[in-house]
Amino acid sequence: MIEILTTGAANCVQDLGRFGYLDAGVSRSGAMDAPALELANRLVGNEPNAAAIEVAIFPFRMRFDRAGLVAVTGADLPVTLGGIRYPSWWALPVSAGDILELGLPRRGARAYLAIAGGLIVPPVLGSASTDLKSRWGGLEGRGLRRGDRLEAGFAPAALGDLPAGFGLDPETIGRGGADIGEEVPIRVLPGAEYDVFDQAAVDALEAAAWQVSEDANRQGYRLSGPQLTLRQKLELHSHGIMPGTVQVPPSGQPIIQLAEANTCGGYPKIAHVIEADLWRLGQAPVGSRLRFARVDRRQAVAALRAQRVLIDRAAPFAALARKDAANPELLAALSRRDTNS
Amino acid sequence: MQQDGDNPKVSAEGAGALLFDVAGPVFDPSLQERIWLFADVLKTLPGVREVAPGMNNLIVVFDPLRLDPDSLEAHLLAEWTKTVAAPAAGRLLDIPVVYGNEGSDLSEVAQEKGLTIERLVAMHTAPVYSVAAVGAMPGFVYLSGLDPRLALPRRAVPRMGVPEGSVIIGGAQAGIMPLTAPSGWHILGHTDFHLFDPLREPPAALRAGDRIRFVVKEIRA
Repeated sequence: MIEILTTGAANCVQDLGRFGYLDAGVSRSGAMDAPALELANRLVGNEPNAAAIEVAIFPFRMRFDRAGLVAVTGADLPVTLGGIRYPSWWALPVSAGDILELGLPRRGARAYLAIAGGLIVPPVLGSASTDLKSRWGGLEGRGLRRGDRLEAGFAPAALGDLPAGFGLDPETIGRGGADIGEEVPIRVLPGAEYDVFDQAAVDALEAAAWQVSEDANRQGYRLSGPQLTLRQKLELHSHGIMPGTVQVPPSGQPIIQLAEANTCGGYPKIAHVIEADLWRLGQAPVGSRLRFARVDRRQAVAALRAQRVLIDRAAPFAALARKDAANPELLAALSRRDTNS
Repeated sequence: MQQDGDNPKVSAEGAGALLFDVAGPVFDPSLQERIWLFADVLKTLPGVREVAPGMNNLIVVFDPLRLDPDSLEAHLLAEWTKTVAAPAAGRLLDIPVVYGNEGSDLSEVAQEKGLTIERLVAMHTAPVYSVAAVGAMPGFVYLSGLDPRLALPRRAVPRMGVPEGSVIIGGAQAGIMPLTAPSGWHILGHTDFHLFDPLREPPAALRAGDRIRFVVKEIRA
């Protein structure tokens, strides 16, 4: 059992998303930085899709009622446990009564907090993720409040004998790069109406630094920058849109649709953020600037495959650090190493 | 622009989603019947995660690490030519409506159209509507079949909260609000019919290919 001591309403229970109900109009939801949630789970020995907490409002404080293993990933922020400060991308053994605090991010916008055994919430439409817009899933379909108590499941993984825990170097999982004040590089595919935008718009898409406006949440980000205009007026029928779709409403200021976006829309689409870069949006705070670069389908698939390889490599390492000898992933990884050498 | 479905436009919405679009300037109900059948065929493909019809288009979501997007696009184009329109085996449901409930735009719409309230209600209840697609919001139905004489531009300023159960029209379409949400459509009445329940399987009461009739429960004006 854990108890929430300090939080904001945007902090909520998430997993990797709700699939299978797109034709019923159900948004995907799930973590805004899915690889970070998956790796937090991997660090503590959970299934990749186990329910964890997405923290977007800081500071966040919680208390543990029993011993366990906890991991924090995502944003680069100070993690404090028992008066000692740890980095992010770290797994820590905790004791009953321990208080964990997540401070303001130095870089990034969202942290993921996974607990060995995973959080227990009733699944809705096959997922533990909170749909804040529709008000279901997660904990009673809402963000976390002070005093909320959440139960964690049985943890089959060994907890390790490293009192200071263990972690991942963010560089090794593709998290190096831009510092505060720098632009966030985002790769995009051209949208269905790309060719209907005028030359100035097409040029501005990649030339401008697009600022994430105050109007940014799990549904989408409205961007500030040059006004994008069409060569001719367009009337589109309603069609499916995905997290990452960059729509341009009549105002000319683009909106990136994200985890809780409506599943259909009718505005012209100038671009789509590739799946491998959706996490960068999840970590882009209000006021940060995005720089789009056009890629093709082949590059979009290759980027996703590369990301998958980095995540899958990290998992057996975490099992090794936990001394999780019974973990089949570890045994498989070790036997592969033997064969290769 | 042709509207015989012979020139599908396919675009990638990321590595793992393809939008397949045969829409012309005007919505075509027979093309939509073909889209429904096409969706059913595509759902059985290995590697495909979701297929959702839109209005004369559909989106296919798949695992691009299993299914090559270019090969899938070629497959979609080939499979589409083999898909022949046929009437859907959908259900026919009656939706009881209280017209002119508090907060509705019934008298404003009647005035705008130069119709009596009775005539407006008669025109709205006359057709058998088709559920062309379900989407945008959980359980929201895009209904085709609205009398073209009732077509009306959306409100200049959308309402921030149109109540669940509102029976609405916007542009050339009719709809029902599955939950309270912002909308620029005009409210004609209210129904107690529940379009969506996340704890029910399937959660949406209506699916693409179903047909509905609005029936008058009461007119308050």
